[in-house]
Amino acid sequence: MRKRGGVSFRYGVLVVLTAMVLVPFAGIILAALHPPGAQLDGLSIPERWSWETFALAWERGNFTALMRSSVLIAVFVVPLSVALATLAGYGLEVLKVWGHRTLSFGFVLGLTLPIEVIVVALYFNLREVGLTNSYAGIILAEAALFMPFGVYWMQTHFSNVPGELVEAARIDGARDLVVLVRVLLPVSWPAITTLSVLYFMWSWNQFMLVLVMMQDPDRRTAPGGLGLFVGQYTTDIPLLAAACLIVIAPIVVVYLLFQRSFVNGITQGAIKG
Amino acid sequence: MAREATSPVSPSRAATARGGGQAASGHARPGHWRGRRARGWLYVLPALAVYLGFAIWPAITTLRLSLLTWDGILPPVWAGLDNYVKIFRDSALYEAILHSLVLIVFFSVIPIAAGLLMTALLMGKVRRGMTFFRIVFFLPQVLPLVAVGITWRWLYSESGVVNQFLDAVGLGSITRAWLGDYGLALVALGLIGTWVMSGLCMMLFLAGAQKIDPSLYEAATLDGAGAYRQFLHVTLPGVRKEITVAGVITTIAALASFDLVFVTTNGGPAGQTNVPGLLVYRLAFNEGDIGGASALAVVLTVIVIAVVAAVRYFTRDDAS
Repeated sequence: MRKRGGVSFRYGVLVVLTAMVLVPFAGIILAALHPPGAQLDGLSIPERWSWETFALAWERGNFTALMRSSVLIAVFVVPLSVALATLAGYGLEVLKVWGHRTLSFGFVLGLTLPIEVIVVALYFNLREVGLTNSYAGIILAEAALFMPFGVYWMQTHFSNVPGELVEAARIDGARDLVVLVRVLLPVSWPAITTLSVLYFMWSWNQFMLVLVMMQDPDRRTAPGGLGLFVGQYTTDIPLLAAACLIVIAPIVVVYLLFQRSFVNGITQGAIKG
Repeated sequence: MAREATSPVSPSRAATARGGGQAASGHARPGHWRGRRARGWLYVLPALAVYLGFAIWPAITTLRLSLLTWDGILPPVWAGLDNYVKIFRDSALYEAILHSLVLIVFFSVIPIAAGLLMTALLMGKVRRGMTFFRIVFFLPQVLPLVAVGITWRWLYSESGVVNQFLDAVGLGSITRAWLGDYGLALVALGLIGTWVMSGLCMMLFLAGAQKIDPSLYEAATLDGAGAYRQFLHVTLPGVRKEITVAGVITTIAALASFDLVFVTTNGGPAGQTNVPGLLVYRLAFNEGDIGGASALAVVLTVIVIAVVAAVRYFTRDDAS
């Protein structure tokens, strides 16, 4: 009897915590369903559900252009970074290239560099070569920022692949690239999927870099545009709430589709090392 | 160390196998192997080039710029350590650093404590529905902080949900515009960090605790250890690695915070929520003080590295 009571108490605590996480979402969803410009008092059910707030936020926030930028950047950043991190992880962990210890350490060191120490000089460096206000600059900068984690992640993954697999292929005379493509990649898709999903999330959510590097408001990303949108429509809560939901919707969908990869990435990513 | 034994392929075994194979092929074809190690550089080079060009080189340039007086347009002038001296003389600058240290309490200390408490409460007792709870508790972690900030700005506002709740429980007398309150804005901001980070810490620790060998608890029970002592001597050491990880992730998020502050308070009221990230941005791109911004960024980096080192030191494995 007492034991059952304990279990109910535990689920009670979990439900309270769930409510604390979800109430803000309920709040902005309810707010966004009010007509634009409505004055809100806390959580309140709109008298009439109005979807036009979303349409107005989409138009005012210029989200057609912002979404296109966000998608364009992510579409280049994710495959580029994943490919480079996989190749580097292979070279460092499996081929054990000359200086692989030092190099691995150099990459890991990047995990502690805050973006603030990179972004100031990066802006002036890229200004010299005409890469500010361009997608290429942002794509390469994001690839560089995400590289330490990716290299570390792929190295950890390759170190867990049985060495016999690689050796067997080598004895058969397979070249390095063939070993990577035919032997290692087929057993690496879960690790690569997780890395891709994390990269997509980081690319989608990146704010400071976009704010600094992209002056053209039409080519900012969705979060970048949202950060400025909030300055223009400070008091129009339904409109802001709708804009927030527009920006978080894609990442929430990806999260729900790939939640296992997300959770594995976030929990295991750092722990194996 | 115990963790490695439970992973599907023990790394030490894999390493031995590879090491052995390496020696064998090295014996047979030494020249071939050396060529392989050299050609392997081709695999590392692209990643290294991007990383050096777009992360390391800018970081080094920032270090160099921190020794100059420069507005971004006119030729820079050598300033020596003046920009660093200014950080410790200018109250706005060193207070920003102090604020970011205060944020560590809300981004790291409280979420880790809450996470440990929940681990003690739930461990092994609650199975059904964990997938659902895990999805919910991780959710704040995947959202863009800009959207999180805008949401909380409204929740904290005069007519927001926080005040509505306080009214409902009879605390109507303390309601206020929380992010505009001179004394409490930083705390309110910090609690947003608590909201974002707590689920992460809790799920990390629960995942770690699941891997603890159940026989350790049986042994502890036989020795007459109660729930509290079991937690202290079995669970806590069992999730040490997870605590390190949570500590590192959350303290970096606290010290280098920018997005959240930019959209919620933008440093206000009266500079009470200034953080280094915000001032680096403002100095460099609004006020044309590139040297000052760079020096502050360098100091921030040193603090991040020092705090991360401290976290690793205090949660180190005494056995190794």
